[in-house]
Amino acid sequence: MLVHSRAGRWATWAGFLLLFVPLFAVPLLVIVAASFSTNWSGVFPSGPTVANYGAAVRGESLQALTTSLVTAVAASVFALLFGSWAALAAAALRKRGKRALDALFMLPVAVPSVVVGLAVLVAFSRPPFLLNGTPWIVVLAHTVLVTAFAHQSVSAAIVRLDPVYEQAAASLGARPAYVLWRVRLPLLLPSLNAAAGLCFALSMGELSATMMLYPPDWMPLPVQIFTATDRGSLFTGSAVAVVLMGTTLLVLLAVSRLRTRASFR
Amino acid sequence: MNSGIRFDAVSVAYGGNVVLDSLDLTVEPGEVMALLGPSGSGKTTALRAVAGFVRPVSGRVFLGGRDVTELPPYRRGIGMVVQQYALFPHLKVAENVAFGLKAQKAVPRAEIPGRVAEALDMTGMAAYAGRYPRELSGGQQQRVAIARALAIRPSVLLLDEPLSALDAQLRSGMLAELARLHRELPDVSMLYVTHDQVEALTLADRIAVMDKARLQDCGTPQELYRRPRNEFTASFVGNANLLPVEVRTGGGVRFGEAVLKVDTGDAAAGSAATLCVRPHLVGLGEGPNALRGTIREVQWRGSTHRLYVEVDGRPVKADVRELRETPVLGAPVTLHFASQDAVLLGAGVGSGG
Ligand SMILES: Nc1ncnc2c1ncn2[C@@H]1O[C@H](COP(=O)(O)OP(=O)(O)OP(=O)(O)O)[C@@H](O)[C@H]1O
Ligand SMILES: [Mg+2]
Repeated sequence: MLVHSRAGRWATWAGFLLLFVPLFAVPLLVIVAASFSTNWSGVFPSGPTVANYGAAVRGESLQALTTSLVTAVAASVFALLFGSWAALAAAALRKRGKRALDALFMLPVAVPSVVVGLAVLVAFSRPPFLLNGTPWIVVLAHTVLVTAFAHQSVSAAIVRLDPVYEQAAASLGARPAYVLWRVRLPLLLPSLNAAAGLCFALSMGELSATMMLYPPDWMPLPVQIFTATDRGSLFTGSAVAVVLMGTTLLVLLAVSRLRTRASFR
Repeated sequence: MNSGIRFDAVSVAYGGNVVLDSLDLTVEPGEVMALLGPSGSGKTTALRAVAGFVRPVSGRVFLGGRDVTELPPYRRGIGMVVQQYALFPHLKVAENVAFGLKAQKAVPRAEIPGRVAEALDMTGMAAYAGRYPRELSGGQQQRVAIARALAIRPSVLLLDEPLSALDAQLRSGMLAELARLHRELPDVSMLYVTHDQVEALTLADRIAVMDKARLQDCGTPQELYRRPRNEFTASFVGNANLLPVEVRTGGGVRFGEAVLKVDTGDAAAGSAATLCVRPHLVGLGEGPNALRGTIREVQWRGSTHRLYVEVDGRPVKADVRELRETPVLGAPVTLHFASQDAVLLGAGVGSGG
């Protein structure tokens, strides 16, 4: 938005801060403040300490962090593969087939994630698909949940992709597979990258479906935070939450750095 | 390989809307054919039918004697340059040019750099091989697009308004380049789509004139310019005065009051027809085939004056060498033209301009 008068600019900033600070900044700041304290009975927390972080980056918290990272990376990779494949296939379909496929992939978003978790648990608890009790069931549930977003953002990018590039490639004698590999995918790379970041962040924060099905030896970080605060260790929980937040942001930052290098024009 | 393009009664429709109606056209091997017509006349569609991006509802397309109607685009072996150039933005100039060679795998890998250099040399872009398309000007991108199409040594080159994104000066330069390219590649057939008559007249061996999804006329530039077959061609290829006349018994035609001596061929006496006279062949003053009227408008165009003269309620355009004194509006004036400079067109073709 372009605002030219000085007063107008001030008003815009004031309005922005008025909305942004209470909605976004304060809750996050509260978490950060809590993670550095031992007591919070007045208006402000007290008893500054870094001991909470000692607990947050050691032992089962550290293991939960690795679990979360592995799960998120795996789920993002699978989601990206399935989602882009489906989006590319849908783009080749006629209108009606495309709409049906789009709707199918939006289903996990429309259905509450607790339901998705339960469904995955029930479906994969008996042979021949016995995944219950293994890390794979968590990865699977996350993949189901985030594929919708990968599919959505990739198919939006495919629609925007100018067909002249594919046609130029085809007129130069490139077969469809070659065109896909050498022209369409490279041109879609920025969107694929953005989709990867989105999937990763969603998976890192996923709690409700995970709660339904995580095995004892594969506890992701959000579950760890939940159980810690549930037990009453509010400040340790906050420190773990800050670690989760920081890790996710770091990865997203790295991903977006890659994106600026991959984008052209 | 024997080249050449043949359209055999090719019709294309988009959702029941016929945009190319039974096109019959042959481009001989090594010939430059310009497809000339107003916007929306179906020129691009005809080109896309050759390239394989639209499937004709009826008719066949032949390339070098081979029926390619059912072949997918990548198996047709044509070079194509489109208006937007469509250079791959993620590839450098040299990689863009090499794309077709790598994709086809018809050339040993070791020969590719040589072929790329050759194509870039031909279009004068050798110095830019390491750049990305976004780092080039419009004219340079244009050359790279041509180099990319030429690198696969196609026997047929399709060009869809390749110069329309360039300014006038660059355009005439590129026009000369294209003419040179054609001299260097005498075996390549070119189908050149344009709505610019100067491009068509300059470059083409033959011109196919299209309007309203149909082929209106086809011939050498000279034929179409000097002997147009219908009013549409006359007004679209070059400028034309189209005068409604009546064929007289015993030769000549009547235009309002004036009797004009022109070759009437085998036109029936008493029938209505249209007389086509090019404005630059109309002279000022008394002479054969004199037309008397009043000056309605004068435009100074540097080297010429364009006069709009009303003769019998009809506007007649005359392009005359720059006049020392600008004629006065409303003044009476006499125009004339030589009999052999007028062409009688059959009656009832289009509305004329
Ligand atoms: N994909 C499409 N779907 C529906 N109609 C189309 C499509 N492409 C072209 N048309 C229609 O076909 C007709 C001919 O289009 P075409 O692109 O061949 O015109 P053209 O002669 O190349 O015009 P221009 O000089 O403006 O490029 C137009 O009326 C256009 O609206
Ligand atoms: Mg066109």
